[in-house]
Parts: sequence; C-alpha cells; structure tokens
Amino acid sequence: MKFSLPQLPYATDALEPHISKRTLEFHYGMHHQTYVNNLNNLVPGTKFENADLETIIKEADGSIYNNGAQVWNHTFYFSSLSPNGGNAPTGPLAQAIDEAFGSFGAFREKFSQAATTLFGSGWAWLVKNRNGKLEIIKESNAGNPMRNGMIPILTCDVWEHAYYLDYQNRRPDYIEEFWNCVDWDIVGKRF
Amino acid sequence: MAFELPKLDYAYDALEPYIDARTMEIHHTKHHGGYTSKLNAAIEGSDLDGKSIEELLANVSRHSTAVRNNGGGYYNHNLFWKVMAPDAGGKPEGELLAAIEKEFGSFDQFKETFNNAAATRFGSGWAWLVKQNNGKLVVGSTPNQDNPLMDVSELKGTPILGLDVWEHAYYLKYQNKRPEYIDAFWNVVNWDEVARRFETT
Repeated sequence: MKFSLPQLPYATDALEPHISKRTLEFHYGMHHQTYVNNLNNLVPGTKFENADLETIIKEADGSIYNNGAQVWNHTFYFSSLSPNGGNAPTGPLAQAIDEAFGSFGAFREKFSQAATTLFGSGWAWLVKNRNGKLEIIKESNAGNPMRNGMIPILTCDVWEHAYYLDYQNRRPDYIEEFWNCVDWDIVGKRF
Repeated sequence: MAFELPKLDYAYDALEPYIDARTMEIHHTKHHGGYTSKLNAAIEGSDLDGKSIEELLANVSRHSTAVRNNGGGYYNHNLFWKVMAPDAGGKPEGELLAAIEKEFGSFDQFKETFNNAAATRFGSGWAWLVKQNNGKLVVGSTPNQDNPLMDVSELKGTPILGLDVWEHAYYLKYQNKRPEYIDAFWNVVNWDEVARRFETT
C-alpha cells in the first residue's frame, strides 16, 4: 500500500495568528510529507508492505513505527484544528470531560500541564482508556496511545518544530494559542 | 552553591553564518538559562546542594527526573559552547587526529559516523564523540538531555565533542533540514578545545 499525504483541511494561513502560515507550511509540507516519504521507502519488502497505519502503530518497531506513527499523529493533529476552533465541547463529550476532570477549565489546565512538562519531543493526548474513561497522557517522540489499546480523542504536538518559528522557547504560549484552534465539533464527533 | 549560567567566550553573532545570532541568544539565555535555574531549584536545600555537576550526573539514577533533565541540559550546553568558536573548523591535529584515524580509519570517516549519529537521533538529543575509560574513542548519541557521564546512559565515557540536535538548536535557520545544520557545525568546531579535553581526560 502506498501512503499519501492527506490534504490539509484548511489553508496554511487559516490558523493565523495562533499558528503561522510559515509554521504550517513547514510542519505540513515538509515534516508530515517527509514522514510519508520515509514510510513509503521503508515498508517495501517488509511484512508491513500492505499494512495500514493502525497495524504499523500496533506492531512495528524502529523506523517503520516512528514514521508510521508520525504520519498518523500529524493527520490527527491537523484535523483536530480549524479556523472555527476555540469553542467548547458540547453534548456527551462535554459531559464525559466534566465527569473525568470536574470541568472543562480543569481539563484544559491538566492537558496544558501535560503538554508543557513533556520533556523533549512528543505529544499530549486526551484518550479514552481501556475502561472507557477519559484520561490525559504524554507520549515521547512518535508515541501513539493506540499501541496501548487506548483511543485517541485529541492531541497537541509539542515537538519544537510545531511552534519554534512562532514561539521559540515559549511552549506554554503555543499551548494557550492551540486552544484557540481546537475544533470541538470535530473532536466531539470522534468521541 | 548554585550553578551559574556561564558567559560565552564569543559574541552571539560570532558563529555566523553557520549558527545565527538569534538562535545563539535564545539558546544560551532561554534554554541553557532555563536548565540552570531549574537545576538549582531541583537541588536547593537538598543534600545534593554543593555537589559538582559531574558527581550529580554520575549517580543520576538516584536523583529526580528534574536533576537528570536539567543537570544534563546544564552540562551539555556548557560543553557545547566551549567546543565551538569563531574562525575554527578544519581538522584536529596531533594525538587527537592520530586517535581518530586509528579508531575510524580517517577523519572523513569519523565525520561521516558522527553525522549519521546526529542525523538519525530521532526526536531530541545529542551526538557525541566520547573517550571511554579504556582510552578508546567512540561516536554515539543520547536522547533528550542525557549524556555519556550518566549512569543511566547506554553510551558511556567522557564526552569531548557534542552536537545539540534538539530542534531549538537549528530550527530558526535550518527548519526541517537538520543535515544542513550538521554540515555547518564542522565549520565552527573548536578542535583545540576538543584536543585539550581528549588529552586531559
């Protein structure tokens, strides 16, 4: 199976001023594309030649895992954001967030804390754990919670390439702006 | 006694065009400065207060994650600034060159091995030229702010040359092109300092 770069669901300048056009051009056009290219170069002749990304995330190791998971993670991240973001969750997701974290505000604080304190490169995740409960977790590098049987609901990329052109060392500022881009209609549908 | 952020031996723009002034300033004042203050906060008032950075790293498995991450970040950047200089680059000489040629075949083969270690470190980390306890040179990499002095590190020995491949080290100028940053690095390697570390280790 040949992997391809999914289309970005909005223009590269659509998330300004929170995430710049330049950042998205590199992040989507270069980093995401490179993971796709690397994966396509790596899988021929391996048992993952015809595998889908989810299988790769659950079963592969080393470079195939890293590139496969990074393809999936970026697609998921970009499709959680939109120019109509910054709203609040509604319906069953809002209820589940209140149950798990007390309130939407408390959830945001806890998620931001996880994203801020992940040391090095990686991802902060809101997941449905094996018991069906919402949970916030951190994963290093290409880490993806599906590998541990959890279902991703939302993610924030905290590799420095996700924010360095716009915010440099100020990761907390990026995370604050990230909330202005999260489209809870999309995230709620996933849930 | 608190650890202090060392001053650089050269101006922020001194490594231009290979490493730009803005990157140097943010890297030194914000990133290195951040590791320094967080390391001090992590050890203040504890029985670790007063120990040398080398002592802290040698037994880092017994300390908190904050000491590992920030102690590593403090030490690694101290070394990084010293092994670079303006009007530097070129080749090592004397004993160090002989040791490199003995271990890697040639200086160019050593560079290729080091470049590969730096380019393939996935995520954040460092590439190193290390002098092992038996005197042999070895090239490798460590994740995040780990280093070969740490008891938790697979790669062990005394680092004599280090290259920061966290994205913050190169993203403003090179973005996704880490290999171009690695190539540029060779133009600012301070081989006199690397040789001094090799000879005194």
